[in-house]
Amino acid sequence: MSQKMSSQAYVNKPARSANMKVVEGSYAVAHAVMCCLPDVISAYPITPQTHIVEHLSQMVADGELDSEFLTVDSEFSALSVLVGASAAGARSYSSTTSQGLALMYEVLYNVSGMRLPIVMNVANRALSAPLNIWNDQQDSIGARDVGWLQIYVEDVQEAADATLQAYRIAEDPAIRTPIMVCMDGFILTHVYEPVELLDKELSREFLPPFQPENILDPSDPKTFGAFADPTTYTEFRYLQFEAQQKALGTIEKVAKEFEETFGRYVGGLVDSYRAEDAEIIIVTMGSVIGTIKDAIDAMRAEGKKVGLVKVRSYRPFPVQALREALKDASVIAVLEKDVAIGGEAGLLTDLKAALYNSSIRTPIIGFTAGLGGRDITIKDIRKIVEKADAARKKIESEFEFLDLRMEIL
Amino acid sequence: MEKSLLAPGHRACAGCAMPTTVKLVLDAAGPNTIVVSPTSCLEVTTTPFPESAWCVPWIHSLFENAAAVASGVEVMLKRKCKDTNVVVIGGDGSTFDIGMGSNSGMFERGHKILYVCYDNEAYMNTGVQRSGSTPFCAQTTTTPSGSKSLGNPRPKKDMPAIAMAHKVPYVATASVAYPVDLRRKVKAALRVNGPSYIQVNAPCITGWTFDAGTMIEVARLAVETGLWPLAEWVNGELVGVKKVHRAKPVEEYLKSQGRYRHLFKRPEGADILKQIQAMADANIAKYKLAD
Repeated sequence: MSQKMSSQAYVNKPARSANMKVVEGSYAVAHAVMCCLPDVISAYPITPQTHIVEHLSQMVADGELDSEFLTVDSEFSALSVLVGASAAGARSYSSTTSQGLALMYEVLYNVSGMRLPIVMNVANRALSAPLNIWNDQQDSIGARDVGWLQIYVEDVQEAADATLQAYRIAEDPAIRTPIMVCMDGFILTHVYEPVELLDKELSREFLPPFQPENILDPSDPKTFGAFADPTTYTEFRYLQFEAQQKALGTIEKVAKEFEETFGRYVGGLVDSYRAEDAEIIIVTMGSVIGTIKDAIDAMRAEGKKVGLVKVRSYRPFPVQALREALKDASVIAVLEKDVAIGGEAGLLTDLKAALYNSSIRTPIIGFTAGLGGRDITIKDIRKIVEKADAARKKIESEFEFLDLRMEIL
Repeated sequence: MEKSLLAPGHRACAGCAMPTTVKLVLDAAGPNTIVVSPTSCLEVTTTPFPESAWCVPWIHSLFENAAAVASGVEVMLKRKCKDTNVVVIGGDGSTFDIGMGSNSGMFERGHKILYVCYDNEAYMNTGVQRSGSTPFCAQTTTTPSGSKSLGNPRPKKDMPAIAMAHKVPYVATASVAYPVDLRRKVKAALRVNGPSYIQVNAPCITGWTFDAGTMIEVARLAVETGLWPLAEWVNGELVGVKKVHRAKPVEEYLKSQGRYRHLFKRPEGADILKQIQAMADANIAKYKLAD
């Protein structure tokens, strides 16, 4: 179980410290990428990710960052150039969203299968059709099985810090697995928030140079990307599966080491807020957590025992940590910004699966909300809590669209 | 003779032009070379894990991204101040069709990469389907001859012209039947400080259907009829062609392969033969092959 943020500490967290700066979310992430000293960055414009690579290109143009910066012909090529760069020994970075991530789909599997530790920020956005540029998490949830690690962040500070942590986790020789750091598009990429920007020197200490064991080198010729027939293919997949299981420990370890180096803890596998004695626990991911915390504070003041469990690592899915965090709840409500049409939704399905073989027999209900950028309000959170409360006696609906506008159907 | 950089024991068909082409390219490029290949016959015949026929570093990612992968390799080598050749070797399906966007990006960004297309004029790895490189009226499994079809209805895409439209400084056509010419062109391409493109005629025994021992003969006939001019362009200017004195009639080339068999069996074939002869004649005039 990860370290818990006490509600007191959170409420009293100062809005500003001496080291804080008010910057755009995309800048904070770009600054974190700069601190990681990537050798190669690839860029293809797509809203709302574009500001990140724009900031990076300015840093390169100003000589602030010594990276090879490639403007390419598609997201497909954006990730493909990083395949070559990473195999040649480069610490590699790109960012994307939505349609761009979908266009990369084939390359995503290829990168994880070749065990290239590429880090990418995903500025979560809805998928077409209908075309919609606003936030939900359908894009990366849809890519949950591509073999990448996936971290979902709550605020700008965490987005920046998780980006640095991501390279440590991805490049760990026991893991060697690419990572998506998923941040809600617009809500986190375009917001201006006070953050502590990463210290360059400390970042260098925290993240040693990338020294892969195997690279493309004529003095020691190696073959990358061979084909595997039925006698060996399964073992490649198993080794990836095993690496993700190992990453459960690495994510926690890196979060603690980050705290030791930088003096702040931004979370490991899961986190919780006022969940210790909570009867009703909301499980979710991403920026909606800020709204939920406010709602919880208000409801707690009214005497309702409501808490939050935040899933930070969606891949690997932290089964044990979630069993531990949810063992005392009397009802669980999952809120997420994606839908598995024809099924339910990603987080809900995974959570149910995680608890099924445990002793936890708590009712679980699921909600999709905020699709295509629709605001999720405190009123919505209260509605979830009311429905969860009722579900303790009888589950009326296992899964529903929370914020459906019945009048336009 | 020095040891080949493509080890024997690969699984290509007997009579396939692809391994011969690759050996010639590697001979000319030498060991200080990194090869990038798209998904292809080349990939599946040379790298069945845990074996590899490659004695130079080699990477395969996907069908349509070899030029992008090579771009990433090249920028990292430049960053490390390494003067290593980066060579893409791919078939016509990836080069002419599915990898076009990636190729265009690589050409346009001006990477120092040699792109070699071994052109066997169809998707051979999947069983001889039409590609953008398939010539006029050749049969493939997706452009068969039938009562309403005389094979591929469209002429071959002009890939060298597309490369030159990107201001690629060195572009050439070559043939597996002319090894000295091919090696010289590879060396010339690798001296260029930018992208280069060489398109090598590389007959496929399975797709074109000819006797295994006649592969070089078939490839030579393509040149001798004027259907495959051997040309070389520097900065878009034609700087050299292989002369073809007394060009042979195209029938000799077409008769050497099963993929054109229908043209000699069906009455409509006679007109098609005239049209293909006209294409050869146009090449002979355009490149002044006969002078």
